[in-house]
Amino acid sequence: MAAPIGQPRVRIPAQARAGEVIEVRTLISHIMETGQRRDQAGAVIPRDIIKRFEAKFDGQLVFAMDLAPAISANPYIAFPFKVEKAGTFEFTWTNDAGEQRKATNEIKLA
Amino acid sequence: MGKVAGLTLGGAALAAGLALAQGGAPEPQRAIPDPQSGRHFATPETLAIQDDDFQNPAMLWAEEGEAAWSRVEGTAGQSCASCHNDGTQTMRGVRARMPAYHARLNRVVTLEQQINICRTERMGAPALPVDSRPLNAITTYVALQSRGMPVNVDISGPARPFFDAGERFYNTRRGQLDMRCGSCHEDNYGRSLRADLLSQGMSNGFPTYRLKEQRVISLQFRLQGCVNDVRGEAPPMGGEEFTNLEFYLAWRAQGLPVESPSVRR
Repeated sequence: MAAPIGQPRVRIPAQARAGEVIEVRTLISHIMETGQRRDQAGAVIPRDIIKRFEAKFDGQLVFAMDLAPAISANPYIAFPFKVEKAGTFEFTWTNDAGEQRKATNEIKLA
Repeated sequence: MGKVAGLTLGGAALAAGLALAQGGAPEPQRAIPDPQSGRHFATPETLAIQDDDFQNPAMLWAEEGEAAWSRVEGTAGQSCASCHNDGTQTMRGVRARMPAYHARLNRVVTLEQQINICRTERMGAPALPVDSRPLNAITTYVALQSRGMPVNVDISGPARPFFDAGERFYNTRRGQLDMRCGSCHEDNYGRSLRADLLSQGMSNGFPTYRLKEQRVISLQFRLQGCVNDVRGEAPPMGGEEFTNLEFYLAWRAQGLPVESPSVRR
């Protein structure tokens, strides 16, 4: 049973000038269970991590990341993005079980 | 110079004498009169996470607590907000003055325990398990509203015996290592214990996001860790011993700003 993927937090500026480089910041609540630990009975706790993060801008993939078991719980992912036009970000977090959590954010041109 | 010091000492002795004459216990003296928050002993990398409210993972707990604040639970059909309205207003300063003496129960209660008292007595809802995620979430949300306010607990009057019990626990050597709390946090703060820098053990940042546990922890969870580290047998979280100790620790940190939710290694 995969743990639920928690509520994501995303922060981007509401608007930016064309050509401006902004920082896109995301944080999501997740246990990131490594699969290396054992419970009190000695049984291996199955791996349960967010394994993929993708960011699309108006449908086009602009940033993606494969996550590994060594990454901390509640992964914080930030990346720079050069704004050329107004549009909509779509962020997707996918766990080992293939379940997804999505968030969308709009950005306007100043 | 000597005369001035003599006068000051005389004044202190007089004050203590007066307190005794009135039947009050003498004012306790702090081993560290000018305490330093745990942030002075944290790495810049850790502080960078704490000081950025977006990056601080404890804010995920605060958001969960905020959502729980107005969620109706229990047989009375009430939520926290039914009595306390807007938590960002009504909960200001609450974390700074907890733990506090509870007259009807005739004991000291922590913020977590007060939340559960509200749940069981007002809401008709089950108490949340000690140090569980939902309880830590509400505690984090409430504590956040006091951020920056000085810790100011009241140890006077009927609260004093519980304070004294906490002080006794603090100063009792325990475990196979035969150490008291102050063996690390008063005699050796600022020095390294293997790779760790010993802090003064100030509680003003709790609940805290502990990187080792990768979650928000309550103060009493950390206290259990401390007792285990000296190879002692830790009393249960939420019990009388740790609650009195938490009360004493708050007084040790009196005057420090509430930093909840802090981030620690």
